[in-house]
Amino acid sequence: MSVLGDAAAKAKGAAQQVMKKAIEVAPDSWMPGGRPDPLIRRQHGHVGQPVSRLDGRVKVRGEARFAAEVPMANLTYAALAYSTIPKGRMTGIETAAAEAAPGVVLVMTHRNMPRLNPPPLFMTASKAAAGDDIPVMQDDRVYWNGQPIALVLAETQEQAEHAASLVTVTYNEESAVTSLAAGKAQGTEPGSFQGEPLKIDIGDAEAALAAAPHKVDVAYETPRHNHNAIEPHAATLAWDGDNLVVHDCSQGVAHVAWSMAQVFGLKEDQVRIHSPFVGGGFGGKTMWSYQVLGAAAAKLSGRPVRIALSREGVYRSVGGRTLTEQRVALGAQADGAFDAIIHTGTVAMTAHNALPEPFIVATRSAYAAGTFKLDVEYATLDMIANTFMRAPGEAVGTFALECAIDELAVALDMDPIALRLRNEPEKDPTSGTPFSSRNIVEAYRAGAERFGWAGRRAPGQRREGDWLVGMGCATGTYPYYRMGGGAARITLHSDGRALVGIAAHEMGMGTATASTQVAADRLGLAMDQVTFAYGDSALPGEVLAGGSQQTASIGASVMAAHQRLVGELLKLAGNDSPLAGLKPDEVESADAGLRCVAAPDRFESYASILGRAQRDEVTVVAEAPPPLEMQHWSMHSYSAMFCEVRVNAVTGETRVSRVLGSFDCGRILNPKTARSQFRGGIIMGIGLALMEETQFDERKGRIMNPSLGEYLVPVHADLPVIDVIWNDIPDPHAPMGAHGIGEIGITGTAAAVANAVYNATGKRIRDLPITLDKLM
Amino acid sequence: MAIEINGSQVPVPDDPRVSLLDLLRESLHLTGTKKGCNQGACGACTVLVDGERIVSCLALAVQYEGRSITTIEGLSDGDALHPLQQAFIDHDGFQCGYCTPGQICSAIGMAAELRRGLPSHVTGDLTAERVPFSRVELQERMSGNLCCCGAHNGIIDAITETFGEVAA
Amino acid sequence: MTPFRYARATDVTDAVRLADGGARYLGGGTNLVDLMRETIERPAALVDVSGLPATIEAHDGGLLIGAAVRNTALAEHPAVRARYPVLARAILAGASAQIRNMATVGGNLLQRTRCAYFYDEEGSRCNKRVPGQGCDAIDGFNRIHAILGASPACVATHPSDMCVALAALDAIVHLHGPDGTRTVALTDFHTLPGERPDIETVLAPGELITALALPASPLAARSTYRKVRDRASYAFALVSVAAAIDLEDGIVRDVRLALGGVAHKPWRATKAETALRNGPATEAAFRAAAELELADAAPLAGNGFKVELARRAIVATLGELTGETA
Repeated sequence: MSVLGDAAAKAKGAAQQVMKKAIEVAPDSWMPGGRPDPLIRRQHGHVGQPVSRLDGRVKVRGEARFAAEVPMANLTYAALAYSTIPKGRMTGIETAAAEAAPGVVLVMTHRNMPRLNPPPLFMTASKAAAGDDIPVMQDDRVYWNGQPIALVLAETQEQAEHAASLVTVTYNEESAVTSLAAGKAQGTEPGSFQGEPLKIDIGDAEAALAAAPHKVDVAYETPRHNHNAIEPHAATLAWDGDNLVVHDCSQGVAHVAWSMAQVFGLKEDQVRIHSPFVGGGFGGKTMWSYQVLGAAAAKLSGRPVRIALSREGVYRSVGGRTLTEQRVALGAQADGAFDAIIHTGTVAMTAHNALPEPFIVATRSAYAAGTFKLDVEYATLDMIANTFMRAPGEAVGTFALECAIDELAVALDMDPIALRLRNEPEKDPTSGTPFSSRNIVEAYRAGAERFGWAGRRAPGQRREGDWLVGMGCATGTYPYYRMGGGAARITLHSDGRALVGIAAHEMGMGTATASTQVAADRLGLAMDQVTFAYGDSALPGEVLAGGSQQTASIGASVMAAHQRLVGELLKLAGNDSPLAGLKPDEVESADAGLRCVAAPDRFESYASILGRAQRDEVTVVAEAPPPLEMQHWSMHSYSAMFCEVRVNAVTGETRVSRVLGSFDCGRILNPKTARSQFRGGIIMGIGLALMEETQFDERKGRIMNPSLGEYLVPVHADLPVIDVIWNDIPDPHAPMGAHGIGEIGITGTAAAVANAVYNATGKRIRDLPITLDKLM
Repeated sequence: MAIEINGSQVPVPDDPRVSLLDLLRESLHLTGTKKGCNQGACGACTVLVDGERIVSCLALAVQYEGRSITTIEGLSDGDALHPLQQAFIDHDGFQCGYCTPGQICSAIGMAAELRRGLPSHVTGDLTAERVPFSRVELQERMSGNLCCCGAHNGIIDAITETFGEVAA
Repeated sequence: MTPFRYARATDVTDAVRLADGGARYLGGGTNLVDLMRETIERPAALVDVSGLPATIEAHDGGLLIGAAVRNTALAEHPAVRARYPVLARAILAGASAQIRNMATVGGNLLQRTRCAYFYDEEGSRCNKRVPGQGCDAIDGFNRIHAILGASPACVATHPSDMCVALAALDAIVHLHGPDGTRTVALTDFHTLPGERPDIETVLAPGELITALALPASPLAARSTYRKVRDRASYAFALVSVAAAIDLEDGIVRDVRLALGGVAHKPWRATKAETALRNGPATEAAFRAAAELELADAAPLAGNGFKVELARRAIVATLGELTGETA
């Protein structure tokens, strides 16, 4: 960076700091959420009801059409060939055999690929969606082992796959950095996340640790992971002139539309992304090379393309969670009060992405301490870009932090819950901002009682036959996020039906159902009067299904649109209405109409208002306010995770026999789908703890288990009934009083399992997964 | 020669490489049967062949000439859901819905196996005529169907409600 | 998948004729179709033998099992459940219900290894795929690999559960080839890797597995199978033990012991059997026998735990069968 650029960046950074401080000290009432969402008060609406999924019927009948299932006339099928070296140049690509194979329509390599712009890397612009910024198949360079280097289009999938297997490549291989050790040897860089350095120093933590009468100082390791959504990435797409329509499986339809437009040099509205169903995402379903390759091949061939990645193809061309090496050191007084929290370490990243797995995020606000030293460094490797995977940072960071706390509790001979509660902070310990709503003490109390925590014994003291039984617990925290750019459209019809449209996503979280419940309450309508439209980039808003923020983003957007709708309706109502003279903040929606808050008998139905105004419908679009509440308050979802494991004394096999998640996540909008979200996160956490690992051969930088047969995730037989409770205490500063719940379940779970394993066996396993060989 | 699929006669594909799964999805547009791994490791493509559950991704379609295939689309009676389909909705036995048709077909095949007394890995007495209808039995028997959203509890609850009495 | 010709055989003679010494026989397809899709197997022709007679008949006091019998049907057969529980348990411990419904007995014998480098046709070296190419597993991920009987050329393991039980039960493989019929003991059917890990069995070109014979085995009634793996179900064995024992007054009259997940073939533990025979059925004796069997174990960097795991699994399995729990 030039001196001038550096100065500009510093000035920008300073300005951001001033702005940040201003937001922190501004009055609550200036903030979104400064005035509690009126829906929080509403007790007898749809919100809070265990409504079954609205898309359930089509899903159980097999009628939900996913991206690879959209029929198109004259369709061609794509298959990919992937590089087998981690770095270098292709010196030759032999495609003649593939071109001559039956049914082949096109063989595309960097030689005939259209010249395109590099994909916009995620978070470099508000709608940037790409997992890396490497130009897709633009030259002879190989950046990672498994990079797509050729695409074949054919009349059938079988023909395409066969022809792709006939493409041969010769390489000039270059020296690559493919191990974390080698990457570290080349030097590490300080990580940053969401524009902030992943580095916090408060006081002299090392000195405080050295002086502390009780301490632990331990190292933890977590391996690479892949998302393994059961639906492999796929797109069915076609050009109509210069307009591109993509049926995709996307966590960010607006983001992908904008990003694809950048790559192909189009206007944003020339790309339309449809994604009504997504077969699991977990952070992996953003923009990767497959959409670009599919669209380029469709352009070259002049035909629609179905590009459905093989399972191996997902591992080769879509990134996963990176590995971490973490140090957690805790210094404490005899009563457990923390003098020092040190959480540092190194992760692997690439030169083409910007996600240094931010494992300290939870540590920033979990506990009070006299001093803090938090630091994430990254080493640069030649590998597929790592990316966001469910609770990026928190899932693996809480494993280290919460295991270390368990270790300290042993050192102090304290109950680990008591130790945690001893260090419960009054305000955010590193930002200094007040908590908007933090009831983790209550979550622990309720959880410990229900789980029977008092029955826990000393390590290695409980044995049933060959099985050693133990209990563990851990705290989970995950930030409340609400990203900017949320917007919604409401069309209210004179017959009382409403269409709420927003470019949001349903990947199984229950968004469509819960959002319909919320919108119905917001509009004072029955659920069957409300249609919630989503999964289409032509709808308003940039609402990423990520960061557990969709519910908040949708909530704030619909709230804003509703405000505008009320204003429009009051204008239409005019002077002949019982509502005449009332201002928007004096009325509320109820019973398919508007009524005066102070005088509920002053009411007029929507039908009446629209009818008198001779309108069939009224449509409004509004944007959510900027998410300043996140900087004004310290906002998080919380959990107290409890786990019981059985470890076979003969073989070291570990089985999770009981789990309880006690959650403090604000108001729960739909208990039925929320329970599934919590359970799903916990189950992924059990997989993280016991079996998940992407095996990366550091000799060649190649993933060696790109298969659901060899990358193990928990099966039915691994899983007990997972008990879930929550306190349902609304956050007065969050839309609907709700916090995100998609990622909190995985957070803390691995530590609870590991701590239970310790309690069962007396053995500390500090590197995941906890496989039987480590326990023998 | 033909394969019977949900009661209709379907010609065997010319290309013997075509899997039963791809025949269903690409030729017949019966896309309810899902492709999750295409290598027999996830169970998303489970269908019933003469009432028995198999993974259709590893089945070459030509091998199934003369057999009767039932897919998720063949389970409902018109608009009326199969009781297990309704139970999946009631117990929230899915999230994203992608593994769901495979789970449902697998469970129906499993119920038949339980009825005829087929033991499993966790069955204590191999010679018993009746297999105990327990959660552990169901979990073992459904382990060939992965679910990455983590709907396992709801799936087993739905199966228990639907088939518990049958087996009892 | 490379294009191939497909033919369906009506009987054994027809199958051998159709194969003409070159085709691959297709059973349930659960392994072969996957390997073909990965282009690890590229047969020019498949002869479908999945429709050949799938009968299980009484035979010399034992059973004769048609090669086309599905895994589920074999595990379900009343005689197998009552008289050869180790076989039923081994089958039920393998794969998933769906795959067991498809997979044939003959095909199960011909399963190929799950070694990641064998499966990585494009990106890794493997002597099993390409003789002489080299082995990337020896210094790579080898947690699931062999500790017994491996060679510098190959450290892969055989993945079958069923075959481990068959090895313990002295099963006989019936073969029919262009030159006639013959039988081979299951323990001689699979080979150790040596210099030619691409050769995995003694099958001659065009030879078809037609049946398995299970000899009468009074001790098999007291038999079991223990499988240790990385998750509770639907995973390949790290180590497995098939054991049958005939016990009289605390003395081991006879014993059959085989190990899975430890070698290129189902590993019949003859050294341990010899040590146990006519000795006391005590934990100490089990341990000594296990140690003897594993004395030659040569673990790799990633699978040293298997030696201890196998030892423990043997002791625990024999203990379970005899009531001598550890």
